[in-house]
Amino acid sequence: MAYVTETGYNEEVLIKENGLNDHFHDHHHGDKFQSNFITTYIFSQDHKMIARQFLITGMFWAIIGAAMSIVFRLQLGFPEENMAWLRPILGKWITVDEAGMGRLAPEFYYALVTMHGTIIVFFVLTAGLSGTFSNLLIPLQLGARDMASGFLNMLSYWFFFLSSAVMLYSLFLSTGPFSGGWTAYPPLSALPQASTGSGTGMTLWLLSLTFFVVSVLLGGINYVTTVLNLRTKGMTLWRMPLTIWAFFLTAIIGILSFPVLVSGFFLLMFDRGLGTSFYLSEIFIGGKALENVGGSPILYQHLFWFLGHPEVYIIILPAMGLVSEVLSVHARKPIFGYKAMVMSMLAIGFLSFIVWAHHMFMSGVNPFISNFFVLFTLIIAVPSAVKVFNWIATLFGGNIRFNSPMLFAIGFVSLFISGGLTGIFLGNSAIDIPMHDTYFVVAHFHIVMGIAAFFGMFAGVYHWFPKMFGRFMNEMMGKIHFWGTIAGAYAIFWPMHYLGMAGVPRRYYRFDTFEAFKHFEDTNKFITVAAIIVFALQIVFVINFFYSIFNGKKVTDANPWGATTLEWTTPIEPGHGNWEGNLPAVERWPYDYGKNGREFIPQWEPLAAGEQDGGNH
Amino acid sequence: MRSNNKIHPKKFGLYISFASIMMMFTGLTSAHIVRQSAGNWLEFKIPPIFFISTVVILLSSATIHLSYKSFLKGREQQYKWLMVLSAVLGFAFIVLQYEGWQQLNAIGVDLKGNPSGSFVYAISGIHAAHVLGGIGAIAVALLHAFSLPFKVTPVRKLRFELTAQYWHFVDFLWVYLIVFLVMQH
Ligand code: HEM
Ligand SMILES: [Cu+2]
Repeated sequence: MAYVTETGYNEEVLIKENGLNDHFHDHHHGDKFQSNFITTYIFSQDHKMIARQFLITGMFWAIIGAAMSIVFRLQLGFPEENMAWLRPILGKWITVDEAGMGRLAPEFYYALVTMHGTIIVFFVLTAGLSGTFSNLLIPLQLGARDMASGFLNMLSYWFFFLSSAVMLYSLFLSTGPFSGGWTAYPPLSALPQASTGSGTGMTLWLLSLTFFVVSVLLGGINYVTTVLNLRTKGMTLWRMPLTIWAFFLTAIIGILSFPVLVSGFFLLMFDRGLGTSFYLSEIFIGGKALENVGGSPILYQHLFWFLGHPEVYIIILPAMGLVSEVLSVHARKPIFGYKAMVMSMLAIGFLSFIVWAHHMFMSGVNPFISNFFVLFTLIIAVPSAVKVFNWIATLFGGNIRFNSPMLFAIGFVSLFISGGLTGIFLGNSAIDIPMHDTYFVVAHFHIVMGIAAFFGMFAGVYHWFPKMFGRFMNEMMGKIHFWGTIAGAYAIFWPMHYLGMAGVPRRYYRFDTFEAFKHFEDTNKFITVAAIIVFALQIVFVINFFYSIFNGKKVTDANPWGATTLEWTTPIEPGHGNWEGNLPAVERWPYDYGKNGREFIPQWEPLAAGEQDGGNH
Repeated sequence: MRSNNKIHPKKFGLYISFASIMMMFTGLTSAHIVRQSAGNWLEFKIPPIFFISTVVILLSSATIHLSYKSFLKGREQQYKWLMVLSAVLGFAFIVLQYEGWQQLNAIGVDLKGNPSGSFVYAISGIHAAHVLGGIGAIAVALLHAFSLPFKVTPVRKLRFELTAQYWHFVDFLWVYLIVFLVMQH
């Protein structure tokens, strides 16, 4: 619908030729944002800097969270080894007897398990993953100058920082951090006297996570608003890259589910601080009966898992989006079934709200009601399978570049299949009854969520590193990182399925003292050794990351991967506002690879006469 | 800022946060239903003072709307004083809620007892916190109204709309909550 403006020029033609002039450069507010060190690097309102802040804070937490897992794996693999050498780091949590034998304090083992889960789920795989890539890619791939509100975006990071600071502080409390599991079920979380970590540790845990939710909501509101309001000319919803669809849906899920967690937290705070009995009833502690009657701990489980299940998709959808994009770019093929990909994400997003009770089959939920949750849970396998099929079909017959981002993307698909299959076991309440709270569940969710989401994140970091830092990461180190991690991750979690099927419960301090489980001694040793190797390989990644920021091979081509999306039209190191001149206008969908005899046709190239736009069939 | 939508991005962001707040109260009211259906539930009537507070907060919604209309029509005095009235009514709402909690306590429904009562305190208390946030926003608006020279600019119009819409939202949220509580108790 070309029309002629008052000045007599045809605006459509002008935009086609010169991009969209949004008058961004008419007033110099670029400087307001990046005038000095503090506004550039610390209290930045620029989405690209905020993305880097999220990424680096996430990496910091990933190292801490993973190091914690190594300590508790040492305990599980080698319960009779001397741990006195850890005393300089862990201090009084290693008790040394007269013989010089050092042991990990059992309370601290629980604290480590709890903090590992909390840190990885929320700080690394939510903030570090979605925070980083939503911030980086939403404006860049949509052709926007920045987020709808740079200020709220900055607040979102700093609330995350505050949340991190509080949690970090809680690690150094003399009573230790919270130790009742990342799900923080009452009564352990509701009664300060229930365990050492239930006092100040739990208070700080609640405070930290409340700040965290504020961060997620501020970020999410911004992401959704930006996607719906600030797309450049021609960027219809059906021309958005799958990354953006994923971040968009993730943000919506977060906005609808995190507040429910907060309502659960409020009631928990009332129980802790004001003496109410929402979650407490008829409890004896230290030989004394408490006054609290009439509450129900199951109520908390409902509120928690109403967030908790969507949360696992908040973690995995961004990874799916990144992987879809990376697979298509490096297979040099259009993503297979673009619309089906979007629809399946919508379906997953919707279904994720009505399956939460599959975490509660063993909590005394009415078996009749359980059946509904079994049904909906198993239906999630359908859109999940659609996605897996489409990824494989995208790879099939592709002209694949086996570079680090691509390897991690392919690894993601493998892990998602392996872990998704065990989900189908657990989704059947009859099978879940013996499997619940065993290592089978641990294996399931680490493969499908933990490792897979990490792989999606790695694929994203290797792929978009050139955009973030103007340099490439080292390929050789990337390949070592990939092959070691995929082999190691399976070595860690595959055996856990067998442990789980044999009934080995999760969250136990040691197994060698149980007649039924002591023959798994060697399996546990093996898992621990594999975990140490995988941890060491992540150090390779961290070194590669920081080394490459300063010394990596420089990017010389603005579009080094030959990709079709708009972020590659900016200068190699874009300043505030992203594009130096006008905004690019979009003419086609983002997946034109191998079309019309060309390797790729970018989104900003107009359709040839008679050419059909790819997204529309 | 260029926008694909007719709605201003800030307003759009505000509407999304309404969805978020709504979900939190949906969480609380669902928890109420789940807990209630489990039995051992203290039965009592919601003290009528909560109906008075409902009327008060609805009135304040009306006054802020009229204030906005006056603002657009350039009736400066009317705009200012209606806004003052809205803030006063908002504050009166909080006082009435507090009075309501006192009355609950007086009929033997205390915060700590059966969750049936605790829920009323928790839900109305968390709602009151959101009203306080709205009073804060109106306070800022008042500051602007009385310190800046009167002028209808797009920025001030937008700010006013954001404040007023949040205020209407917490008001109607309360209507939902009181209807819910009355029906359940
Ligand atoms: C076909 C898809 C899936 C099904 C049917 C499924 C089913 C289940 C079930 C029934 C449980 C509860 C097991 C128990 O505690 O007894 C569970 C646990 C879990 N699942 Fe899945 N799942 C699926 C995919 C996923 C995905 C994609 C993720 C994450 C990205 C995920 C993350 C988790 C987590 C984190 C837990 C354990 C939480 C805990 O107890 O600490 N699952 N899954
Ligand atoms: Cu789940």
